[in-house]
Amino acid sequence: MLKRVHFPSSPLPYLLVAPQLAITLIFFIWPASQAFYQSFLIEDAFGLGSEFVWFENFEVLWSDSHYLAAFWRTAVFSLLVAGLSMGFALVLAGFAQRAVRGALTYRTLLIWPYAVAPVLAGALWVFMFNPTLGIFPYFLEFFGIDWNHYLNGGQAMALVVMAAAWKQVAYNFLFYLAAMQSIPPSVIEAAAIDGAGPGRRFWTIIFPLISPTTFFLLVINMVYAFFETFGIIHAVTQGGPGTSTTILVYKVFNDGFVGLDLGGSAAQSVILMVLVVTMTVIQFRYVERKVEY
Amino acid sequence: MIENRPFTRFLTHFVLICGVIAVALPIWITFVAATHDELRMNQAPLPLLPGSYLWQNLKQTLFGEGLSGTEQAPVWLMLLNSLAMAMLISTGKIAISLLSAFAIVYFKFPFRMTCFWMIFITLMLPVEVRILPTFEVVANLGMLNSYWGLSIPLIASATATFMFRQVFLTVPDEMLESARIDGAGPMRFFFDILLPLSRTNIAALFVILFIFGWNQYLWPLLITTDTSMTTIVMSIKQMLEAAEQSPQWNIIMTTALLAMIPPVFVVISMQKLFVQGLTETDK
Amino acid sequence: MAEIHLTDLTKSYGPTEVLHHIEGHIQDGEFIVIVGPSGCGKSTLLRMVAGLETVSSGEIRIGERRVNELEPSERDIAMVFQNYALYPHMSVRANMAYGLKIRKLSQAEINRRVEEAADILEIRQYLDRKPRQLSGGQRQRVAMGRAIVRDPQVFLFDEPLSNLDAKLRVQMRLEIRKLQQRLGVTSIYVTHDQVEAMTLGDRLMVLNGGYVEQFGTPIELYDRPASIFVAGFIGSPAMNFLPAEVKDGSVVLSNGVIIPVESPKEANVTLGIRPEHLQPEPEGAIALQVEMVEQLGANTLLHGTLQGTDKALTASVAGHATYENGEFVNFSAPASMLHLFDPETESRLEL
Repeated sequence: MLKRVHFPSSPLPYLLVAPQLAITLIFFIWPASQAFYQSFLIEDAFGLGSEFVWFENFEVLWSDSHYLAAFWRTAVFSLLVAGLSMGFALVLAGFAQRAVRGALTYRTLLIWPYAVAPVLAGALWVFMFNPTLGIFPYFLEFFGIDWNHYLNGGQAMALVVMAAAWKQVAYNFLFYLAAMQSIPPSVIEAAAIDGAGPGRRFWTIIFPLISPTTFFLLVINMVYAFFETFGIIHAVTQGGPGTSTTILVYKVFNDGFVGLDLGGSAAQSVILMVLVVTMTVIQFRYVERKVEY
Repeated sequence: MIENRPFTRFLTHFVLICGVIAVALPIWITFVAATHDELRMNQAPLPLLPGSYLWQNLKQTLFGEGLSGTEQAPVWLMLLNSLAMAMLISTGKIAISLLSAFAIVYFKFPFRMTCFWMIFITLMLPVEVRILPTFEVVANLGMLNSYWGLSIPLIASATATFMFRQVFLTVPDEMLESARIDGAGPMRFFFDILLPLSRTNIAALFVILFIFGWNQYLWPLLITTDTSMTTIVMSIKQMLEAAEQSPQWNIIMTTALLAMIPPVFVVISMQKLFVQGLTETDK
Repeated sequence: MAEIHLTDLTKSYGPTEVLHHIEGHIQDGEFIVIVGPSGCGKSTLLRMVAGLETVSSGEIRIGERRVNELEPSERDIAMVFQNYALYPHMSVRANMAYGLKIRKLSQAEINRRVEEAADILEIRQYLDRKPRQLSGGQRQRVAMGRAIVRDPQVFLFDEPLSNLDAKLRVQMRLEIRKLQQRLGVTSIYVTHDQVEAMTLGDRLMVLNGGYVEQFGTPIELYDRPASIFVAGFIGSPAMNFLPAEVKDGSVVLSNGVIIPVESPKEANVTLGIRPEHLQPEPEGAIALQVEMVEQLGANTLLHGTLQGTDKALTASVAGHATYENGEFVNFSAPASMLHLFDPETESRLEL
């Protein structure tokens, strides 16, 4: 935490932290506290005055079936995105780690979706699945599947999940590969001498040893799916059809900027903040444990 | 590897190649779409092999009117805006994080821990959860439709500060002692010793932050109403909306390609730094 | 070149005092070694002289100047660190020149000094290399070169040889000593290695638990250790200590053996005798029951117990000698080689 030696005290350190503190105060702490404050207010219909209502906004949310549905939808969405991209990445990393010489080449070929903006990922997928022109609907027709994510909520959800998971595969792959490469080869060799084949070694040795990485990635992917996928939803489905792809972040934006329900939007923000704080704390607990291990 | 039988080797490469194809397919299709003319792009099924219109599409997208029927800024200007935003965010984050990490690690001053925790808290407040009030602050400061408004609110970064703190903590104490005996003051030590010692970390972080900055979407969407401030990433959304009336997929996908190239290029060309930066920052 | 005065120096971290009332006067050009076990405060003392630790109370003077409040760079000192602390991104030349550049010396003067130091240390051909391209011994030289170019009044060495292998350590030890004699710069050298301390120092300051146990020449420390701690710390293998009683002009060991000394006092004492001062003699009064024999070539070490007791006793016998385990070997001990200590205060009793 601290160096043994320090520079003698002077006003200098205050000058050094000042820029970051100023930005933090103006653009982070002040807006966040505003969100807290507003979450206790209800504005009247004309935006002229507001009334302090304690937890009424939260109570409204809690009994709002739309909000609760969005909550569950977000949970399902996040788990699907995390599961799909992590599973895919795990398999690829497991094989890449075996392809000793090719590992770096495969890594190069697999990492670039990381650089693609979520909204672009959405655009790519929406193009591929364009109901009239897209490649995939064309092939799906042979299987008797009529693809139209503008009308079918389930298909719309599938599309955003795929786009979101696709973008995240690269990230998960990198972490899995790094984790697997840090396992001492002698452990794997010992297992091989004990007679475990490649598949068995993977599930009984490698997978348990990288479980901290899996846990870490799960949290990171949940945070990603909760917040950073806004661009995908906004570009691909705009939360629709109906509300079938309206996840929490999209709802905050929509209720605040489109619906202009400041108090309700602020209350949603506060709930999201609580969620991020929880996930961050979990992540840090993990990091602490990791240090010991 | 232990077993190297032909079959397992074949299986390994087969699975990996399938993976690469699956991951690359969307980008391939984008590329193919950018090489055909508008007519071909309106016939199902869409082509899977490149055509010969790439230069024409690029020319029209970059310097022509772009998508007909929309009032968009020229694409080259959007690219420039994106570049400016990405550079401001990444260099700004690196600069203020370096300074604050330096203060926290190398000085003992009252409220040191208060500062530390205030920076820490930003980790928990992504722009998405404080979007409305932050927008109000920026609007009140008159920073809408400006590069400053685009970048400064995203600049404070606990992650970068933590990473530099970690890097500085691994620098042996004797470096500082030695520099003090040599007569170097704090800022001299910072520039002569600390910065050169952390230059690979700075470069690695730059890659990550550049991509983070380039790919910003929600924030620019909110605070730029003036079309001359549009970034390339947000323009895609407007194009998709326009596509519902007049589908010019060749132009849209050329734009998407242009929007992808800079960050993808940065990632591929600085792969080693990027991987190192990523796996070390987030841990 | 300067004298150094340490006056009533203490160091506390919060309520814990780690150095207690250190006094010392170091002559101009003297080579002083501060030696003691780890945690005795020796590095802290050195770092206080360097200005890297604050002084809680007391005074440090270098030459005529009180330096307590001065920055390290203002004290006209140079320091060689245990891990060398070379700047890894700078060439050897830049490493040596850095301090001079900050002092705004002319480029010509900087080059002259760097090259002169490089010649003294025979590292001229490495001047444009980076530290990571050098071996441990070469880095050590660069670290010394960085100290030499400053042309300081005082050299400070913080265990500079502990990262080298045994052979190189002996070689560098000689070189440091020769260099210091040649330059004549007052030096303070910290080590936990008593052999290094004995061979290097004009005088040794033995530190234990934040107290100075003894401050004197190596021979003084060996011949007249001021305390049980110093007696046990200096010399290898370590001195034997046996409980005994002084009465009627002789020392009586716990097994009844009587060694005549000229002492009028009567008291319980701890008798100290170095293994190399036990002389094998068939009629000797002290009998050692052998438990283990170590053949070192030039001499042979006998480890065992004093006959009739469970007190450990070690003797060093010249040349090769064969002994059986369990065998009794008799030794005599000349009265002049005996050391008596007060078992309570652990300090030396004069006969």
